[in-house]
Amino acid sequence: METLSLTVNGVRQEITCDPSTPLLYILRNDLGLTGAKLGCGLEQCGACAVMIDGEATFCCNRPVGEITEKDIVTVEALSNDPVGAAVQRAFLAEGAAQCGYCTTGIVVAATSLLKENPAPDRNAIVVGLEDHLCRCGSHARVIAAIERAAQELANG
Amino acid sequence: MANAFSSPSLPSHPGLDEWVSVKPDGRIAVKTGKVDIGQRISTALAVIAAEELDVPLDRIEMIRTVTGEAPDEGITSGSNSMMESGHAVRLATATARRHMLAQAAKRLDVEAGTLEVDDGQIRSRDTNRSVSYEKIQGNKPFEIDVDPDVDVKDPTAHRIVGEKIAPLGLSEMVTGEYRFLHDMKMDGMVHARVVRPPHYKARLNSLDEDLVARLQDSGINIVRDGSFLAVAGPDEYAVIRAAEGLFSACDWEAGDGLAEGDVFESLTANTRESRPVENDGVPQDKPVPPMADPPAGAAATLEARYDKPYHAHASMGPSAAAAISTDDGLRMWSHSQGIYFLRDAVAEAFGIDPETVRIEHVPGAGCYGHNGADDAAFDAAIVARALSGTPVLLKWTREEEHAWAPYATATSMKLRASLDTDGQIIDWNHETYGDTFNMRPRSGPNMSGAARLLSGRYRDNPPPEFIPQPAMFRHMGIHRNLDPLYTFPQKRLVKNLVRDLPLRTSALRTLGAFGNVFALESFMDELANAAGIDPVTFRLNHLEDARGREVLEAVAARMDLAADAGIGRGIAFAQYKNLKAYAAVGVELEVTDAAEIKLRRAILVGDAGEIVDRDGMAAQYDGGFLQAASWTIHEQVTWDRDGVTSRDWETYPILGFDNVPEIETVLIERPGMPFLGAGEAVAGPTGAAIANAIYDATGLRLRRMPFTPEAIRAAAMDA
Ligand code: FES
Ligand code: FES
Repeated sequence: METLSLTVNGVRQEITCDPSTPLLYILRNDLGLTGAKLGCGLEQCGACAVMIDGEATFCCNRPVGEITEKDIVTVEALSNDPVGAAVQRAFLAEGAAQCGYCTTGIVVAATSLLKENPAPDRNAIVVGLEDHLCRCGSHARVIAAIERAAQELANG
Repeated sequence: MANAFSSPSLPSHPGLDEWVSVKPDGRIAVKTGKVDIGQRISTALAVIAAEELDVPLDRIEMIRTVTGEAPDEGITSGSNSMMESGHAVRLATATARRHMLAQAAKRLDVEAGTLEVDDGQIRSRDTNRSVSYEKIQGNKPFEIDVDPDVDVKDPTAHRIVGEKIAPLGLSEMVTGEYRFLHDMKMDGMVHARVVRPPHYKARLNSLDEDLVARLQDSGINIVRDGSFLAVAGPDEYAVIRAAEGLFSACDWEAGDGLAEGDVFESLTANTRESRPVENDGVPQDKPVPPMADPPAGAAATLEARYDKPYHAHASMGPSAAAAISTDDGLRMWSHSQGIYFLRDAVAEAFGIDPETVRIEHVPGAGCYGHNGADDAAFDAAIVARALSGTPVLLKWTREEEHAWAPYATATSMKLRASLDTDGQIIDWNHETYGDTFNMRPRSGPNMSGAARLLSGRYRDNPPPEFIPQPAMFRHMGIHRNLDPLYTFPQKRLVKNLVRDLPLRTSALRTLGAFGNVFALESFMDELANAAGIDPVTFRLNHLEDARGREVLEAVAARMDLAADAGIGRGIAFAQYKNLKAYAAVGVELEVTDAAEIKLRRAILVGDAGEIVDRDGMAAQYDGGFLQAASWTIHEQVTWDRDGVTSRDWETYPILGFDNVPEIETVLIERPGMPFLGAGEAVAGPTGAAIANAIYDATGLRLRRMPFTPEAIRAAAMDA
């Protein structure tokens, strides 16, 4: 057990834990941030995506001890971010989720994509989501939602 | 009869109070036995209630489904929820409205006919006096029955039925606030994981006692009952590592292992129970008539065999459940589709009174049938009973979900048909072979509920093995959509329940319909081709059902079936169970040089009766299309002697974002008509439309799923 300090959603947190614990469990169990989900624990599905230093990252296998110096942002904080909020609005407008289990990870990925590339074409969106899975078949709506969010952001 | 909506849920739950109540603050509580599994049923039910009662949607409160409190509506499955619960809620809320208007008329001393409702205020047009629903009925039971013949609102007066509605819960889903079962937290809660044997047949010989002692010293509880083994403790990650460590340190007796070999061979070679299917899809308890020679007038006779492998549910979230066992009984939280059946099966397994078990439904990840939900709930209950008084949150791993949840059986479909000189089908034979779809834990003789809970088989003194019998209801399991909706002068239909197959199977979205419609709608194209008639006209030549013709014509009108180099186009059609929603699917695709299928465009035309939640219904069609396209192109469960080998997303690949076509979903308007239930209609036609489009693009007729590059190359070699 070690006491680590983490910056999550702009807040510095002290956590006593085994530093090999993947960040996902710390977020969900110690910090009550259950937006990131466990889908596989194998870095194969994207349900656990959070932003680490601005980059969408699958955290189901990332030992928390390795990311103490970094800036972690979870889906819970994205409504305070203009891009994240636009993505969330667009998902609502397009009805871009069914069960919603994959959704938070995809919202994080979409936000990070639009921050890097504010005007992605369809191919760039597909590439941005290539490691994310959805079992309910919400894909077409998700792509439409990201296009809508980009449009909305471009229109100011 | 004053309405078109009859519900089989009402005879056993006739009381209005079982469905609707008015709260003192004017909110309307609606109860249902149907649960959200990603299909947005609660949104549709809330819309129905808000419409009938003339209140804003946000005044409707959908009550969590809990055993002993919610109406028992069986299982949320079979595309039945809108017909069962949707109709019941419409009739219940219409009855509630009429009852409250009658009370209001008395109170306001006016004729009930002069009353109108706006925002829950009942107002008299004559006197302009008003009274609210809650003044009349707040917190007071109705104490009347739902009137099945009540007048319901005329569809021309609908305000929100049929509109685009933001689904309940979606705004929380995008912010991470939506609470899945996996997110539950209780005081003093422990996390638990099961340590499964390497495969179905393996049993636990012994534990490494040193490791057990070390784990116990570190605060991990070990629960063992026969070959059922689980670990629990306060720190989730420590529990996961303990489970992994314990698995490797156990001495497992591997037994014979799983039967290897070609399952498609086994499907038609193994012992089987065969039943003829007649009278619109009903199996008969009599010998199967032998297949006759083709009729004398046959100008051509075609034969073909189609195969579909085992498919996994592969829900995005591994199954989970919570439980706590105290002197007051067993309390459980589950994302099962049938909490009453689960309650009875769990009680049966423990030999306790079902009334002492309370199960609350909490959403899990999208569920498409009998996945691991019920099994996980039982696992949690076993652990909770061992750790009496401690709340337990038990989760399956990705591997467990892929390797231990029941699968949809592999099926084989053998068809033969004859055409006359006009290109009309004069004789039709279809035999389907598969394992059972019917292994949900339902209690009954020989502990048939407990026997169908996974861990029931591994505990000490397991109940006798459950041997499934051929399902004999209309369009059940293997023979779902075996009987075509087309009119053929003679048909011979046979279902074969095949014994001694290697994998655990049960219900997955559409049951046998996916394989049967894939086969019959592929075969219709093969026959059309032989007759030299275009596939749409050929189908229409055999189709009398007016609504069926309409969806088929609508898809044809939107799709140019003319040849186009490089692009393949295919259509297919079915009415789910010949009773529920209609779907016609048109697909445009390319087969690349690497023999990969690239979906370009999909046109989905649906008729599921009156449209309540427009976007939700469309999502059932477009989401259903993508899931079925994934089954068709990518999916198959694999195994060897040592167990299932498709244990994660790499070994069981599914459709990704890189193969999503442009989708146009067209819903036929049917105001005032019964709800048909849209959840499964599109899957069967999707598989066949893709096969037909591949044929159009390449001249290759693929009859065995999945349509991987290897399968396409192999077909090209054979051509
Ligand atoms: S849970 Fe992390 S990628 Fe699947
Ligand atoms: S919406 Fe259910 S997994 Fe994507």
